[in-house]
Amino acid sequence: MSGQPYRREGATGKTLRFRFDGRDYEGLEGDTLASALLANGVRAVASSIKLGRPRGVYAAGCEEPNALVQIEEPFPEPMLTATTVELYDGLVATGLPGQGRLADRPDPARYDAVHAHCDVLVVGAGPAGIAAAGVAARAGARVILADERPAPGGSLLGTTETLDGRPGHEWAAAEVAALEALPEVRVLRRTSVIGHYDDNYVIAVERRTNHLGAAAPAHVARERVWRIRAKRVVLATGGHERFVAFAGNDLPGVMLAGAARTYVNHYRVLPGRRAVVFTTNDSAYAAALDLADAGVEIAAIADVRQAPGETWAARCAERGIELLTGHVVTAALGEGEVSSVRVAPRGDGQAREIPADLLLVSGGWTPVVHLFSQAGGTLRYDEGLGAFVPGEIRQAVEAAGFARGVTTLRGCLEDGAQAGRRALAAAGFAVPSETSVPAAEEEPAAAPAEHLWLVEAPGDDDYGAHFVDLQRDVTVADVLRAVGAGLSSVEHVKRYTTAGTAHDQGKTSGLLTSAVVAHALGVDVGELGTTTFRAPYTPVSFAALAGRDRGHLHDPIRVTAMHEWHVAHGARFENVGQWKRPWYYPRPGEDMEAAVLRECRAAREDVAAMDASTLGKIDVVGPDAAVFLDRLYTNMMSTLKVGSIRYGVMCRADGMVFDDGTVIRLADDRFLVTTTTGNAAAVLDWMEEWLQTEWPDLRVSCTSVTEQWATVALVGPRSREVLARLAPGLAVDNDSFPFMTWREAEVAGIPARICRISFSGELAYEINVSSWYGLALWEAVMASGEVTPYGTETMHVLRAEKGYPIVGQDTDGTVTPQDLGMEWIVSKKKADFIGKRSFARADTSRPDRKQLVGLLPEDPGVLLPEGAHLVETSSLPEPPVPTLGFVTSSYRSAALGRTFALALVSRGRERIGERLYAPVGAELVPVTVTSHVLYDPEGARRDG
Amino acid sequence: MLLIPCPWCGPRDEAEFHYGGQAHIAYPDNPAALSDEEWARYLFFRDNPKGPFAERWSHTAGCRRWFNVVRDTATNEIHAVYRVGEPRPVTA
Repeated sequence: MSGQPYRREGATGKTLRFRFDGRDYEGLEGDTLASALLANGVRAVASSIKLGRPRGVYAAGCEEPNALVQIEEPFPEPMLTATTVELYDGLVATGLPGQGRLADRPDPARYDAVHAHCDVLVVGAGPAGIAAAGVAARAGARVILADERPAPGGSLLGTTETLDGRPGHEWAAAEVAALEALPEVRVLRRTSVIGHYDDNYVIAVERRTNHLGAAAPAHVARERVWRIRAKRVVLATGGHERFVAFAGNDLPGVMLAGAARTYVNHYRVLPGRRAVVFTTNDSAYAAALDLADAGVEIAAIADVRQAPGETWAARCAERGIELLTGHVVTAALGEGEVSSVRVAPRGDGQAREIPADLLLVSGGWTPVVHLFSQAGGTLRYDEGLGAFVPGEIRQAVEAAGFARGVTTLRGCLEDGAQAGRRALAAAGFAVPSETSVPAAEEEPAAAPAEHLWLVEAPGDDDYGAHFVDLQRDVTVADVLRAVGAGLSSVEHVKRYTTAGTAHDQGKTSGLLTSAVVAHALGVDVGELGTTTFRAPYTPVSFAALAGRDRGHLHDPIRVTAMHEWHVAHGARFENVGQWKRPWYYPRPGEDMEAAVLRECRAAREDVAAMDASTLGKIDVVGPDAAVFLDRLYTNMMSTLKVGSIRYGVMCRADGMVFDDGTVIRLADDRFLVTTTTGNAAAVLDWMEEWLQTEWPDLRVSCTSVTEQWATVALVGPRSREVLARLAPGLAVDNDSFPFMTWREAEVAGIPARICRISFSGELAYEINVSSWYGLALWEAVMASGEVTPYGTETMHVLRAEKGYPIVGQDTDGTVTPQDLGMEWIVSKKKADFIGKRSFARADTSRPDRKQLVGLLPEDPGVLLPEGAHLVETSSLPEPPVPTLGFVTSSYRSAALGRTFALALVSRGRERIGERLYAPVGAELVPVTVTSHVLYDPEGARRDG
Repeated sequence: MLLIPCPWCGPRDEAEFHYGGQAHIAYPDNPAALSDEEWARYLFFRDNPKGPFAERWSHTAGCRRWFNVVRDTATNEIHAVYRVGEPRPVTA
């Protein structure tokens, strides 16, 4: 044990090697990184975030405010508390100055999620939690018992208390093992419950292999998120000790008294050699005596009270420990760590300095009410405890044990058992006539605590080293400054000072901050209240929350039946919603610009094809289908003949364009509606909403058939001759198969529905086949080698040349059909349709509305950035600069031999012929406003 | 995460549902007969009470049915669930 100078005699266990801040150390199995560092006499573990002050281990659990570390090996993990990192062989870690670094390599570990339901969820496996779980489990309820530590026992782990005559932690281990053997019980160890939401939906994070280091098996998820829905929740979350604000209360060597007790008893480590104890209550005496019995010299106990518990005073006297009643610690002194402690009587009196390397502090204990508060519970201030305790709650939740202010071990066991009985009743189980709890020792009669928060400093002290939040480096001086600036709410002081906003969320400091604010304002802390508790209770890794939903599982990827062909032929892909769509097909040596110009020329001058399978397709069927579509679209659909196709626009009730597409009449009572690729689900939802909530009398059903069909758009002056060859049974001449009609025929031997529609202005056909035959159709179209495949970029250029808007690109939810220059699609005959009334609103007829126009940069080589704003002047005036509108689409056109753009411009149609300016980089570029239809305005090309 | 009792499927996680705002805002019988202000009230104005509120939900990841819920906006307590077209039930 010579390598661990502060390890207690007789401590046993496997020796583990680790490295901290570049030095090699040894620890014992069962250590945390914090206990192993203390065993090696490492006092300064980290440095503070703003002031760079050295900081040591302060606590023994997740409430640790100081000892932030970064694990470097085996896998980098930032921002962990040394008190919760279980030691393993090969651990390499460094102390942090308040902030960590993200890993510079991909995380090789798996993360997972589990959904669970139970009758009773017990949070915390201390005395109250185990008692509650025991009662519920033995009655047959489905019980989940979750605890953040590796072993059950809670407070019993740190004390020497006995239950049924054996050490408390042994009772806890045996009892939990017995419960775990019951079929309906699940015990979750190393599992932090971090969030408590509506209807007892609870999120917990289980750390499964973190404690194994490099020995962690690859097939086991490192962490697992539990999403638990419980009929009843018992919060047996215990308490956190708090400290007192005095000068130098952040020096390494200052430690919470209960934490020191845990290090001595549970981890078999001496946190120092010679200690002063500073307390406001009886609890620190047990710690002092346990330390004394372990060989730490207790130089003095400074108790703020005149009358501590008599039993405790007597026990100190037995051991010759000096008891200074009515005293306070005014300062911890030392260079980089505690070397002495200044103690003085309260009020006036001579201060004295006591040499010590350890200062134990207890400012009282605060129930852990975080989850109770998150679940919607109110809190009330308990004068005796000097802390907030659970009040009322609407949900099926109750706190038990110290979490609701019960201070004795016997009381916590009994309280837990009662909570278990109530949980059984609430979950609908028979409650046993009696329940027993293990026998606890008699505890000394308690003397009341005196809630001292702040040790007054001499007149010349500015309270600049009286810390209230160690991790955020917030001092009493900062709080006084905030209050002096006029802040009188703890929520405001929190935001002004950042107190309580660190990784620990103020577990040890929150109440202290409130108390100092209350002190400064001259009000009671109970009256002032606390800040709101929010999830997560302890920090959670993003990887755990992401679970399996990362990489290619992050979001579903949808591909068409032809996808593998596109991949094999070098297509670059574009994400459109969840779809992967071919963007363009570069030939060797081509960049995107060259490829798109070539594809555009092929479509305008020859023949080209696009995979259009992703267009949304909805089957609208029923006797009232035509009436329904008349109400939905701005134009008339009921007059459409079977065999014909009509383009349509639908608006929201506010008159703004929502989607567009074609409507194909398949039969009197059957239509196939197409939607934009990204809006397919939204349009189906829109239809369902109106049918269910407004027009339940209409006999119509809507079914998504997007994935049932594969679609090939065959485009260009030569498309007719290619189709004629592929479909010899189909009459393709213009009279037999005119524009905006559809026919059924075999194409390349595949049953197909062919629609004569065009999104490019060219002669074009959309060939639809069952998606099972999609690839076969595409390959047949491509087989001759004369059809150029093109992607979405070319499709965009072709439609923009014709002034066809894309919903969502050239519209943004504030654009009417009239703004798009599509008055012709708004029926004057129909009595009503969704959006009609809005076209008569003053706003939709404002003359200065933005209208869709074309823009031609005066330099035909300049490509305007999409989103660029337009101004009237060639130089920018002083801001704010009024904008006339903005560019929505911008391309290079093969057909026009130049660049062009579409834009939404205020009074745009009146401005045709005007010169406007658009910023490109640092320059203002002149552009000429034109009609939005730039190519073939007379529509001469659609019939080939 | 609310546990919402879908009238068709039973209690399900909130994540399966889509929120639809205030319930009982009927599409006007004859929009053309409304003044601009009346039409604007239909389009844009909704109640925002603290307390019980009748609102629409759709079970989008389940039966895809719309239904109505009376929920207390302060506590999230669900007082009643009823089908489209049914009147708002009297709740405590």
